[in-house]
Amino acid sequence: MAAMPFAGLAMPRTAFAQAPATSAVNTTGLAVTDTDVTVGILHSVTGTMAISETGSVQAEKLAIEQINAEGGVLGRKIKFIQEDGGSDWPTFAEKAKKLLVNDKCAAVMGCWTSASRKAVLPVFEQYNGMLYYPTFYEGLEQSKNVIYTGQEATQQILAGLDWVAKEKGAKTFYLLGSDYIWPRTSNKIARKHIENVLKTKVVGEEYFPLGHTQFNSVINKIKLTKPDVIYAIIVGGSNVAFYKQLKAAGIDLNKQTLMTISVTEDEIDGIGGENIAGAYACMKYFQSLDNANNKQFVSAFKKMWGDKTVIGDVTQAAYLGPWLWKLTVEKAGSFDIDKVAEASAGVEFKQAPEGYVKIHPNHHLWSKTRVGRARPDGQYDVIYETAELMEPDPFPKGYQ
Amino acid sequence: MFGEYSLGELTSIFVMQGFAGLILFSVFLLMALGLAIIFGQMGVINMAHGEFMILGAYVTWMCSTFFHGYLPALVPIYFFIAMILAFLVSGALGVAVEWLMIRRLYKRPLDTLLATWGLSLILQQFYRSVFGPREVGVELPQWMLGSLPVTDVIEIQINGLFVMALTTIITIAVAVMMYRSRWGMQVRAVVQNRVMAGAVGINTEKVDRYTFGIGCGIAGIAGSAFTMIGSTGPTAGQLYIVDTFLVVVFGGAASLAGTIASAFTISQAQSIMEFFLSGSIAKVLTLLAVVGILMLRPQGLFVLKVRR
Amino acid sequence: MVIRSKSADDTAFMKPLEIVSILIIAALILVVLPATLDAFRLNLVGKYLTYAFVALGLVLCWGFGGILSLGQGIFFGLGGYCMAMYLKLEASSVANTKIQSTPGIPDFMDWNQLTELPFFWLPFKSLTLTVILIIAVPTLFAFFIGAAMFKRRVGGVYFAIITQAIAAILTILIVGRQGYTGGINGITDLRTLQGWDIRTDSAKQILYFVNSGLLIACILLAQYVKRSKLGRVLVAMRDKEDRVRFSGYSVANFKIFAFCLAAAFAAIGGAMFTLQVGFMSPSFVGIVPSIEMVIYTAVGGRLSLFGAVYGTLLVNVAKTAFSESFPELWLFGLGALFIAVVMVFPNGLAGIYHSYVDPLVARLTRRRPAETEQPLHGAPAE
Repeated sequence: MAAMPFAGLAMPRTAFAQAPATSAVNTTGLAVTDTDVTVGILHSVTGTMAISETGSVQAEKLAIEQINAEGGVLGRKIKFIQEDGGSDWPTFAEKAKKLLVNDKCAAVMGCWTSASRKAVLPVFEQYNGMLYYPTFYEGLEQSKNVIYTGQEATQQILAGLDWVAKEKGAKTFYLLGSDYIWPRTSNKIARKHIENVLKTKVVGEEYFPLGHTQFNSVINKIKLTKPDVIYAIIVGGSNVAFYKQLKAAGIDLNKQTLMTISVTEDEIDGIGGENIAGAYACMKYFQSLDNANNKQFVSAFKKMWGDKTVIGDVTQAAYLGPWLWKLTVEKAGSFDIDKVAEASAGVEFKQAPEGYVKIHPNHHLWSKTRVGRARPDGQYDVIYETAELMEPDPFPKGYQ
Repeated sequence: MFGEYSLGELTSIFVMQGFAGLILFSVFLLMALGLAIIFGQMGVINMAHGEFMILGAYVTWMCSTFFHGYLPALVPIYFFIAMILAFLVSGALGVAVEWLMIRRLYKRPLDTLLATWGLSLILQQFYRSVFGPREVGVELPQWMLGSLPVTDVIEIQINGLFVMALTTIITIAVAVMMYRSRWGMQVRAVVQNRVMAGAVGINTEKVDRYTFGIGCGIAGIAGSAFTMIGSTGPTAGQLYIVDTFLVVVFGGAASLAGTIASAFTISQAQSIMEFFLSGSIAKVLTLLAVVGILMLRPQGLFVLKVRR
Repeated sequence: MVIRSKSADDTAFMKPLEIVSILIIAALILVVLPATLDAFRLNLVGKYLTYAFVALGLVLCWGFGGILSLGQGIFFGLGGYCMAMYLKLEASSVANTKIQSTPGIPDFMDWNQLTELPFFWLPFKSLTLTVILIIAVPTLFAFFIGAAMFKRRVGGVYFAIITQAIAAILTILIVGRQGYTGGINGITDLRTLQGWDIRTDSAKQILYFVNSGLLIACILLAQYVKRSKLGRVLVAMRDKEDRVRFSGYSVANFKIFAFCLAAAFAAIGGAMFTLQVGFMSPSFVGIVPSIEMVIYTAVGGRLSLFGAVYGTLLVNVAKTAFSESFPELWLFGLGALFIAVVMVFPNGLAGIYHSYVDPLVARLTRRRPAETEQPLHGAPAE
């Protein structure tokens, strides 16, 4: 039923008969049979993170269905086992272990928050599994057992700051964030770039507890300092409160430049397009991206999950996971984790909705970074994209 | 930190900051009023208070969707209808909950805490199943957005004014109800001595049920109003619960004046500290101060001189 | 003879029935479960049993003392963090961290530009000090909270709400001070204890038995407290505080003691949790886990030390089973469980046992129903 945008890559139907023998492609006892291969999906379906992770689950299921429609991986259909992390990090670790040890999954698509990834990482390293992690995150991590399909912080941040400095002539920045690792690390990178590279100034930097809902005081400070750019990395329910109160306080985002790296189309659903219209977001994917791959992806996604669903950056990155895994397995000619991990570097996915991506030897993706401008209808207008692919650099020198 | 700004700018900012403090005060008070009735007057610890608020918010969202879709002409005033509906729906649920659960637990206040926590989990999952796990955006009528410019810097948020007005009205209504009406007298009588109140002919069950219902209804209105400034999602109610309880407890449970005073103190402290320090630290210091003062003065700011 | 045996029962450390109960628990967690479960499931049970320490403490301070703390996660977390800090330092040896700009400190500190270990991390270089601090830090913290509140006669609901607020404060602090605490990710990637790899299956098995042994020791200690004069005063206090006070007892001191003991139990649980799960994060300090731990106690029966263990196991096994098969329904189930326990079975599993199973056993063995603790039959007061 799903669209088949990847006809060029598709295995011929007859491949089933010629599929390589299981003993040859699976030497370590993974859940691979002559006809199918099992992967895991590990996200929160319940708890506070369910809001964010739902889209990723949907994208992964879509990708798996499309891959199966094309003939599967090395002639084997993908079966998936879905586990609920329940927004609880030990549960993630526990379920990861179950997927690897009991279910022998050949790969796991999953996790969303850094905390959940940090919790499962030792499990994946100990039991030698393969995790495809979709979220843009703070970097400072690299593992043989993880492919990071979202952007790390420098990829996401630097291009946007360069753009806003050049296009808007921005000289002063006010950094805001929810008080945890990703915003703090990202703002740190942003501050170094603003001060050392752009030679401009940070006039304020502030953090709020997760779930904070009162932003009037900081909005007053912003009014007092009149920064050229508000750089906001606020997440979750706080996001909604922040943009509503910003608008209510008379700060018109069409006049005041605001740049965020935390608001995807998913978040706008809750914030309300009219409250954030005019803001700039800097990430690698927007639903409105105009290319043939993306159009097919969006229509397939809506066909599967309903017209009203929106697709954000992370959802697209989650969609890349199963495809990258399939391509890597076929490149390696084996499901073995070690071979897949080794073959990952250099795997290219030309049909990605965001455009061409390639896996870097550090297991992050080369990708373009784009700036979008929020429209009142909850979508972004893509107004800028980097000419070149941005190199992922999870341990950026000079930014730590 | 202020050297580089002119006096005019500073004055304006302090005016704005004072206004921000007042908005926060209204928000805290509005959150706490429903709980002040339920916890203060009835001694029931309603951990599902936040979920009753979110119920009001979802009602508002449904109204918003309905009016935008079917009755665009009435959009400018839909918010008032939504608030009334929010009151009725949350209140009705409150009455049902009181009848099914709470009335069996009056002698065990700590157990109401556990039972209502269970209720809050069920409500959260209910919202998630019905409205989806994602947050929903409530579209407000145009006139409620934006602000009235007074000077260049001083701008008065319309929704801030709205919340302040609403809080004032509800506070007065609650005060009149509790202290000037026959019903309020009955409530207070039941709180002070249930057996005796029953003996003199007060229908204590009915009083309990409606008190609880009204408390929940006010939570619903608060939730409805907060769609203007906050998020509406299955777990958004949890964001309010600690603040709300602290306001009520800090005020001295059984006193409306205490709740008002404590909402004022806490909001001003938080607002001022947020301005001079960073958000996170301000929150921690506010909570610490409240907890510290409560340890020194456990009865709260105001206390009824009643021997129990 | 009846009278004499009854009074002997009352003063004895354990009644025969209780000896049987504890033997059953010991057999269950030391023999039956390890024999029937695979390594993965056993490790899960081990994790659940660490919560049982908290539940056990709650039986003492809530069930017997009437003090409901909604902040037991604080102590569980503090104990767990103490352990995690030690393990993290061991995992962050100079050899393991040579890619960092400052080798030899935990990775998250390096990312936050710390160049030397903060002073409060220093004691955790020593295992002996760590073990002492695991107990001492939470207990002292509990003492501080308890002394401040009980001396001023804060009780009941107020105490519950204040502990809840403290849990919220601590969470914000841990999440916000990430350079010192690891932030929201917690302290992760713990590997060895004195060179012994705690991540292997065999290590987890050993840790399981250590954990179970400690749990049984704690049950015995709690049993001792319950049987001692102190336990009686606690129950008396819960039922009629003023009368106890007028009899000349220092009510506050008894409460402080019960609260501190509960905190120490929780801390042991937290430390064992860190060892078995391999990390510690602020999500165990907050309000939600703290309240969940109260429900374990309530399900087991707030007056039953043994119930605490069964309640914890039952709820967690149900949680895992439910969320594996019906993730969306789990919260409905958990919520309903809360309500059902409070409304229908206020004494939890232990109550059910005493009202239904016990008389049955007694009839079958043709004995008079054992004179079980009186309070078990009455609904617990506040």
